[in-house]
Amino acid sequence: MEFTTVLFYAFSTILVLAALRVVTERNPVHAALFLVLSFFSAASIWMLLKAEFLAIALVLVYVGAVMVLFLFVVMMADIDVNKLREGFWRHLPVAATVGLLIIAEMGLILYSSFKGVGPDVPAASASQGGTRELGQVIYTQYVFAFEIAALILLVGMVAAVALTLRRRKDTRYFNPGKALNVKASERVRIVKMKSETEPPAGAPGNAEQTGAVQAASDKQ
Amino acid sequence: MSLTLSHFLILGAILFAISIIGIFMNRKNIIVLLMAIELMLLAVNMNFVAFSYFLGDAAGQIFVFFILTVAAAEAAIGLAILVTLFRSLDTINVEDLDRLKG
Repeated sequence: MEFTTVLFYAFSTILVLAALRVVTERNPVHAALFLVLSFFSAASIWMLLKAEFLAIALVLVYVGAVMVLFLFVVMMADIDVNKLREGFWRHLPVAATVGLLIIAEMGLILYSSFKGVGPDVPAASASQGGTRELGQVIYTQYVFAFEIAALILLVGMVAAVALTLRRRKDTRYFNPGKALNVKASERVRIVKMKSETEPPAGAPGNAEQTGAVQAASDKQ
Repeated sequence: MSLTLSHFLILGAILFAISIIGIFMNRKNIIVLLMAIELMLLAVNMNFVAFSYFLGDAAGQIFVFFILTVAAAEAAIGLAILVTLFRSLDTINVEDLDRLKG
């Protein structure tokens, strides 16, 4: 038994067990973490298949971005797990039947058909590595699809922002444009008026004509 | 014993079946449903990478690249919908989403 075969069996055992825990775990946070583990094991298996770029992309994009997003959402939402778990094991018989049937059917066909197919690494990939070959193909033959993928990411980004954007009514906010456009005359108003103090008897009004400055804050 | 293509294809089939079992059993919890869909896409990607290696064609890896892109956009939009849903209904139970009376 070759060493890569041992590695394959170890990684795939971890992958299958982690995937089973993802779908049966009670706490959604733990389910997300087991999904991270299964992505890591899948990336290791892709390394065995000499798909280095995709393995790193799986770890960076999936574990680094998508799963962190999942964890954010799971932790933000206050989920009543008990209500969601009602009748969980009641669906097990039909689910297990369907799943085992799928595995049995696909296994029978795939095992007998592809048993003898050994690795066939193309000469270009063997000499210069898979990533360089991938880059050469993706920017020539598949460049249109690459542009569309960029567009899909842009649309996804805009859609995610547009869906979750809202104006909160219960928070105070500050309008910088309004604050910059304000003039001094709108803030301070100088009013000429007579003194309000009661003049002492006998002394005629000598305190007249002193300006009183009244600061009026203008509709803040 | 060396690895053959059928090893990887059967691993992909097992992963796909596990995620189908997950969709059957977690039919109330949207978050776990999304995670099961991610697992399903991983199974498909496993098949593509295996075929690319064993048949000596880089096109399989290109497909995986695009599937990863689309899956990332799908997860972002799905989670955004989930957040707005949770804001307006205060629940993620699929059975409470019956406003259309379906």
